[in-house]
Amino acid sequence: MSGRTPARDEILGRVRSALAGVEPTHEPVLAPSAVHDPMPTHEQVVDLFAERVADYRAVVDRVAAADLPGHLAGLFAPTERVVVPPGLDGDLLAAVPTPVADAHPTGSGLTAADLDATDAVLTTATVGIAETGTIVLDHGPGQGRRALTLVPDRHVCVVRADQVVPDVPDAMAPLGGSIAAGRPLTWISGPSATSDIELTRVEGVHGPRTLHVVLVE
Amino acid sequence: MSRTFVGMPPFPSAAREALGDTQLRHNLAHATGVIRDKRARLVEEQGDLWEPLRLAGAAVKQRALDDLATHLEQLEASLTAAGATVHWARDAEEACRVVASVARSHGVDEVVKVKSMATAEIELNEHLEADGIAAWETDLAELIVQLGEDLPSHILVPAIHRNRAEIREIFLRRMAAVGRPAPVDLTDEPEVLAAAAREHLREKFLRAKVGVSGANFAVAETGTLVVVESEGNGRMCLTLPEVLVSVVGIEKVVPTFAELDPLLRLLPRSSTGERMNPYTSMWTGPAAPDGTADGPQEVHVVLLDNGRTRALADDTGRQALRCIRCSACLNVCPVYERTGGHAYGSVYPGPIGAILNPLLTGTGVDEQTDSLPYASTLCGACFEACPVRIDIPEVLVHLRSKVVDGHRGDRPPKAETVAMRAAGWAFADASRLGLVEKASGLSGRVLARLSRTTLPWGRPAAGRLPGPAAAWTGARDLPAPPAESFRGWWDRTDGGRAEGER
Ligand code: SF4
Repeated sequence: MSGRTPARDEILGRVRSALAGVEPTHEPVLAPSAVHDPMPTHEQVVDLFAERVADYRAVVDRVAAADLPGHLAGLFAPTERVVVPPGLDGDLLAAVPTPVADAHPTGSGLTAADLDATDAVLTTATVGIAETGTIVLDHGPGQGRRALTLVPDRHVCVVRADQVVPDVPDAMAPLGGSIAAGRPLTWISGPSATSDIELTRVEGVHGPRTLHVVLVE
Repeated sequence: MSRTFVGMPPFPSAAREALGDTQLRHNLAHATGVIRDKRARLVEEQGDLWEPLRLAGAAVKQRALDDLATHLEQLEASLTAAGATVHWARDAEEACRVVASVARSHGVDEVVKVKSMATAEIELNEHLEADGIAAWETDLAELIVQLGEDLPSHILVPAIHRNRAEIREIFLRRMAAVGRPAPVDLTDEPEVLAAAAREHLREKFLRAKVGVSGANFAVAETGTLVVVESEGNGRMCLTLPEVLVSVVGIEKVVPTFAELDPLLRLLPRSSTGERMNPYTSMWTGPAAPDGTADGPQEVHVVLLDNGRTRALADDTGRQALRCIRCSACLNVCPVYERTGGHAYGSVYPGPIGAILNPLLTGTGVDEQTDSLPYASTLCGACFEACPVRIDIPEVLVHLRSKVVDGHRGDRPPKAETVAMRAAGWAFADASRLGLVEKASGLSGRVLARLSRTTLPWGRPAAGRLPGPAAAWTGARDLPAPPAESFRGWWDRTDGGRAEGER
């Protein structure tokens, strides 16, 4: 249990005696970032992001901001049941023909079984990481509870070009803010995958089998 | 095969058995080769950044360990502030009891689990089963292992000793007894097998009340736990149940959130040979910002010792606790590639297992564990591959001296027997392991030479061999390793069987 227990005191005691005489380091470790000469332009960083996301066999579309609603509207069939998280931008919401809202103020929105009966989910993201082709969701407005982007079979994720950073170290500051606010994070790099059977890569074991990233420039 | 490692034969004889299993050797060689190549390409892509990154990763973990009590207290405080319940477990038994009591308090007879070395180490599944609680493994490989009533053979690809036809067989025969049966027209295509696992497990995810996980990292500053995975089964277990219990080794602490950075860059590249793994989940208790609930609303964290403080007290061995379980050292190890994981008789196989098991349980306790530091050729490849720069050869040599020291009074010295048996096996392939004999530490003459020269990978050896080992080697003039080839030895001894329990 939280609080002092014999186990807690004994373990901490063993740790202290094991480390008697060891000098602690109080300064956090700062890891190196890649140095490129010349440094890539933001445009090049965004290009790399698109390339690396596609590397994971995710679908990547690059669209101009003005074309976004029209483009999204073309992605969903009229009968497709698409989960929309609370706080999703009105423009995005308007592009979904058959939205399924998860809007209960108590948080007890769609059940897992409800989600299992949907076809897709549309969200935004918090950060895109170019080097690793990763999108990170902090599950704030427009991104929804974690289950929303897990159970449906297709995840369509809108990422703005200005959210794309070069590499993991550049993402730590913005994501640190989300963590400090108590939000969970989900780092997504391509659709789920396994290589457990004779090392043959199979996409889509438990998460969405299709990841569709719409990059808005 | 029994589902427990207890009572397994020591490494040399288990290795002989494994060497005779052609399928296993073939699969392992293929797996380790593929992963090794993918990793090598990505390390090359990182160029000059890779070494500084390794140094940073090592420094983060070392900094966490060097002041572990402070970081653990901070972790406990931040977890508690986020609404999680923190438990402390001195040993496996205590940790299993906590998980079982949480499950019982919710009246469940099953939990869903995401693959975790810590829960395998404490044999949680067996414990829960004895308590009438079924623990469903949800990682595809773990599912294969569990349904096949088998033991995992590799940290990363635990079912690599099974081929697709065997997996199909296992699914057809066993799935129906524990849930949704495999479709009758199941083929042995990996896609089809994976889809059968998806259907079988989805039923369990949707109804599960209690999830059980480990954690790759635990951030002291914020109380955030991190799970790194590929399949999405981790996200299912961490998100859908009402209650989540995470068993976290005390060495998993990372001081600050920002210091996750080098580890998140090192782990996937070293582990699966990817720039990033498909899914990484981070959560901080059941905390619900903006009044919305996300994921389990009852969160327990079990901080596990189970020998870690013993390892921490070993000045040379302490570095082994930096391990981030990437399995890169397994994939480069010539001994592991030939024998597979089962021969190590532990959930931690390969080079890391050869040091971690004796460090956790102590030397001189059982012959199996004492033989592990000899399950190596000291070729140094593991150190080169390790993303957190654990000097495995250094710790191996150190542990050998402890094993030997612990057995000095025996007559005949048991450890020596073990050592020589291991040597007989490891050195049989003179062509492949050419450099090794010079560094083995198993020959008295070689050992004496080592203490005043350098090891083959160029680092000074002085001071690596403390007093007792020198005394032991001084007393005996040991034979040099045989110059016979592996194939020759294999033929002569019928795959090692003819040498018996000499
Ligand atoms: S010892 Fe190093 S290489 Fe081996 S599993 Fe641990 S971190 Fe990876």
